[in-house]
Amino acid sequence: MSKVLIVAEHANGKLNSSTAKAVTAAQKLGGDVEVVVLAADGAAVAGEAAKLAGVKAVLQVDNAANKDPLAAVLAPQVAELAKARSASHVLVAGSTFGRDLMPRVAALLGVPQVSDIMLVHGPSKFDRPTYAGNAIVTVETTASPVVATVRMASFAAATSGAAVGIEKVTTSAKLPTHTRYLGIESHKSERPDLQSAGRVVSGGRALASGENFNKFIVPLADKLGAAIGASRAAVDSGYVPNDMQVGQTGKIIAPELYVAIGISGAIQHLAGIKDARTIVAINKDPEAPIFEVADIGLVGDLFQILPELTSKL
Amino acid sequence: MKALVSVKRVVDYNVRIQVKSDGSGVVTDGVKHSMNPFDEIAMEEAVRQKEKGKITEIVAVTIGGDKNEETLRSALAFGADRAIHIKEAGEVQPLTAAQAFAAVMKKEGAQVLFTGKQAIDDDANQTGQMVAALLDIAQATFASKVELDAGKATVTREVDAGLETLEVDLPAVITTDLRLNEPRYLKLPDIMKAKKKPVEAVSLGDLGVQAAAPVKHVKTANPPVRGKGVVVKTVDELVSALKGKGLVS
Repeated sequence: MSKVLIVAEHANGKLNSSTAKAVTAAQKLGGDVEVVVLAADGAAVAGEAAKLAGVKAVLQVDNAANKDPLAAVLAPQVAELAKARSASHVLVAGSTFGRDLMPRVAALLGVPQVSDIMLVHGPSKFDRPTYAGNAIVTVETTASPVVATVRMASFAAATSGAAVGIEKVTTSAKLPTHTRYLGIESHKSERPDLQSAGRVVSGGRALASGENFNKFIVPLADKLGAAIGASRAAVDSGYVPNDMQVGQTGKIIAPELYVAIGISGAIQHLAGIKDARTIVAINKDPEAPIFEVADIGLVGDLFQILPELTSKL
Repeated sequence: MKALVSVKRVVDYNVRIQVKSDGSGVVTDGVKHSMNPFDEIAMEEAVRQKEKGKITEIVAVTIGGDKNEETLRSALAFGADRAIHIKEAGEVQPLTAAQAFAAVMKKEGAQVLFTGKQAIDDDANQTGQMVAALLDIAQATFASKVELDAGKATVTREVDAGLETLEVDLPAVITTDLRLNEPRYLKLPDIMKAKKKPVEAVSLGDLGVQAAAPVKHVKTANPPVRGKGVVVKTVDELVSALKGKGLVS
């Protein structure tokens, strides 16, 4: 019988939707699912986690040291809880938070990690992507506990259910002081969150400037109620901030509709969008690799096409 | 301050990889290999920090079979002063690599380990964090800006929500992201000079490391292929195709 411990991701007193996806993956393992909330004051986050369908219990670990998401501080507590709860699995969503934290937990427990689970065959057998998603490896681990990150684009978020109990727990893990959080620079936006949006409009190098992003991409995204993403080239060129990058090393997303505008479609970018239900590509180069994965392609000048498309939707 | 840079030999990022028909892995024989691009960024960062006078010696390290020496020679051409080759013929997984690098870090008394945030073959994104855990030292992953000072580093990290800044005490592990720098083009004289720089060969046993139990690879397969799409000629056709799929009303 499995017992899965999921580390909740949260910010500003709110549970990140990534956690609900990890819960869905955990349910496929069978057994009990517990969510651990490490925070300075985790009451609100724990309350949200308690309402995720499929969760058996929520562990709330309040500690002033847990105010910011520092892997070095959280990892010893997660490792201790994994032992104390006799967890068979320790999971986290494969966001930058999870990818930073979980290998540290695995090493403390002396076990290997399985990164980016995309399919659960059984409690110790999984599929995961390698080579930017171009080779899918089925892996089997004999380690106990199984420590893994969950590829978010592969699992739907768990729905809400009846609230379960919240247990306040403490750990005696010795916490390091060698890491200090100085702050985060976030770009506030009223748009849907790129990671979980049902529709995404992305721009590439062909946009040629940040102004053109505002002038051509934003109106289309507004019309579609879409989040806005970008290729690495557009981020590198400074048109938009890094948190908008989609691809192997940026965000890996699975929207219903993905519109790639002026994006050639390097394999690293395609790795981030392969799970989109429908991919639309607009590019002036008919040979661009993006057309190999696009469900609907339109060859032409984006600066003419976009205003027309936006007005006709 | 001494810096350690761990580098990995991988299938070159321009290669379209092929899955073997028997499902035993991907074709690597006769395929161009090069240094993991994220490790090139780590190497470049160490060299730039040395040029700024923050670092006095750069030691490159890798783990793997004989061919990995090519990758170490590239690291030496970038500007590493010397290199350590941990010889291991079989497949090396992240936990074993981390145990080995942690042992080297300790033995060398290095103050910082620079390494790529992930390798583009297994895309595991684990080794740096594991080294930091094993040594109980700080980590700053996905770095896009690094300032080294006496005894500490200030690192800007690319995270999902934006740019986060940490201050870490040294020694520390810093894993490098794409926008940290643009690695230099290696010049022939530097490649020639690298051939004369020392490479020390050691075994896991020499480092007192026992390989960790591996995760077993059952099979490797091609990803599902997306159905063939349509190419439309006009915006009106695009709009009606979207309507046909119920994506717009």
